[in-house]
Amino acid sequence: MRKKSLPGKIAGALGLVLFLIVVIFPFYWLIITSLKNPADISMMPTEIWPSRFSIDFYENAFIGHNLLMYLKNSIIVALGAMVITIVVAFPAAYAFARINFKFKKTWQNFTLLANMFPIIAIVTPMFVIFRNMGIINTYAGLIIPSVIITLPQAIWTLIAFIKTLPYDLEEAAQIDGCNRFMSVIKVILPLAAPGVFTTAILAFITAWNEFMFALILVTRDSMRTVPVAISLFPGQFTVPWGDMAAASVVATVPIVIVVLICQKRIVSGLTSGAVKG
Amino acid sequence: MKTGRRKRLNKLQRDNIIGYGLIAPSMILLIAIGIVPILITVSYSFQYRVLTDPLNTHFVGLENYVTLFTSSDFGQIFWNTAVFAVLSLIIQLIVGFAGALLMNSAKRFVGVIRTAVLIPWAIPGIIIAYMFSFMFNDQLGVINSIIQTFGGEPVSFLTNSGWAMFVVVIADTWKQFPYISLMLLAGLQTIPADLYESASVDGATKVQQFFRITLPNLKGILLIVLLFRTMGAIRIFDIIFGITGGGPANSTATLLYQAYKYLFGDMNYGLGSALSTVITIIILIISIIYIKVLKTDD
Repeated sequence: MRKKSLPGKIAGALGLVLFLIVVIFPFYWLIITSLKNPADISMMPTEIWPSRFSIDFYENAFIGHNLLMYLKNSIIVALGAMVITIVVAFPAAYAFARINFKFKKTWQNFTLLANMFPIIAIVTPMFVIFRNMGIINTYAGLIIPSVIITLPQAIWTLIAFIKTLPYDLEEAAQIDGCNRFMSVIKVILPLAAPGVFTTAILAFITAWNEFMFALILVTRDSMRTVPVAISLFPGQFTVPWGDMAAASVVATVPIVIVVLICQKRIVSGLTSGAVKG
Repeated sequence: MKTGRRKRLNKLQRDNIIGYGLIAPSMILLIAIGIVPILITVSYSFQYRVLTDPLNTHFVGLENYVTLFTSSDFGQIFWNTAVFAVLSLIIQLIVGFAGALLMNSAKRFVGVIRTAVLIPWAIPGIIIAYMFSFMFNDQLGVINSIIQTFGGEPVSFLTNSGWAMFVVVIADTWKQFPYISLMLLAGLQTIPADLYESASVDGATKVQQFFRITLPNLKGILLIVLLFRTMGAIRIFDIIFGITGGGPANSTATLLYQAYKYLFGDMNYGLGSALSTVITIIILIISIIYIKVLKTDD
């Protein structure tokens, strides 16, 4: 690993640059497309760096396609799923990490299994049930199914975080006269805050990106989330690539910024939840 | 002694009550919105249940499964799924490994690289689908623009069945390799550095080190990634929905995409549920292997 020759170094650096270009280019292209002048988008050969910029596509997305309405729906659904997920996942993760109860391993494996459930086998009965209950085209009807995706992932990430916290602190708090509940509230919760925060971000992003439930369980346009709304921009004969790019940038840039700020934590959350049990 | 024993029993019982009390909300939710719908899907799969003919719903036994396995679609969608799974696994493992090794050896810009790698992971699959669909568009796409700049003939990527599958694999790779890279990187960082040191003292080349030290030490993680991505390949939906819609001529329709078409295109809940049940069983088998592997890896 150390003592590299100069050609080796250059080859490594070139490899790295090439890798970064391949990784970033599609995202770069999305942003550039959204900022092009509508007249230039069908120009061939394409301009890799546009000679003029415009925000016309953003105007179309916000005014013509009512993007704000979809954004509001997406935010409500993702926040709702995130809150429910954290509230029910934290106690479960604490129990899995700290308490010995019967069939613990079985339930833990069940949680892992739940992470793999194919949505296609869930969505049809859900559609039938939700329609009978009258919660098709409501926020509840979108938040509840999202939890099936976010909850297992959240439980596993939180278990990994809680296991890294020193147990003696809790014991000390219990000896000091706190009961178990108080010791969790006073000792574990503040320490686990970074873990809870990371888990919440992961849950929010997962719910924000969810597509199949949102596609099938919503039949009214005013209730659609952003990803589904964008997928319905194309008309019978034309695909408004520029409008879709602009809407996509609006839907992804906030998420990407959050990811950039919290990258270290997200990486540890992503890998810890999946690698270790 | 006696009181101590009773106290211990009490603690066990108390732990059971507290434990179940704490996991109950989560488990009830997962059963109610996961297990129950899946069981209903299984029951639908034994029924004639077509949305356009609602009054005629009745039990038909295995008829949907017979229709499914004897239909001319089935061989093709099974083949499509296998091709997609194998191709995307190979490409994603290679790219993922390259990314992990680059991140592991990079001394500077680690933050920049990690950030770049996380971008694809954070973007909704359907948006990634449209990004690649636009890039590979035959008239407006940047890829064809580059091909023409170098004097080539434009390629109709999305109307040619071989190329369409290729674009789907590339788009999925872009979305999935960050996860693979990060997992492998986490594994690489657990390999003790002195293993490499003593190997290079013994005169082992970089290639030998890779095959003798790196790969064997990553076996566990590689297996987990492999199983996890196999399931991912079976569950893929939004990328195919956005890029090809299963076309051209059903050449990119996987098992799951075909189930979606039966269910919400043909409105045939019976047939679609039969295929969904088949998918669930495949996923279940892989999941059980996955859980076993995770356990032994502990």
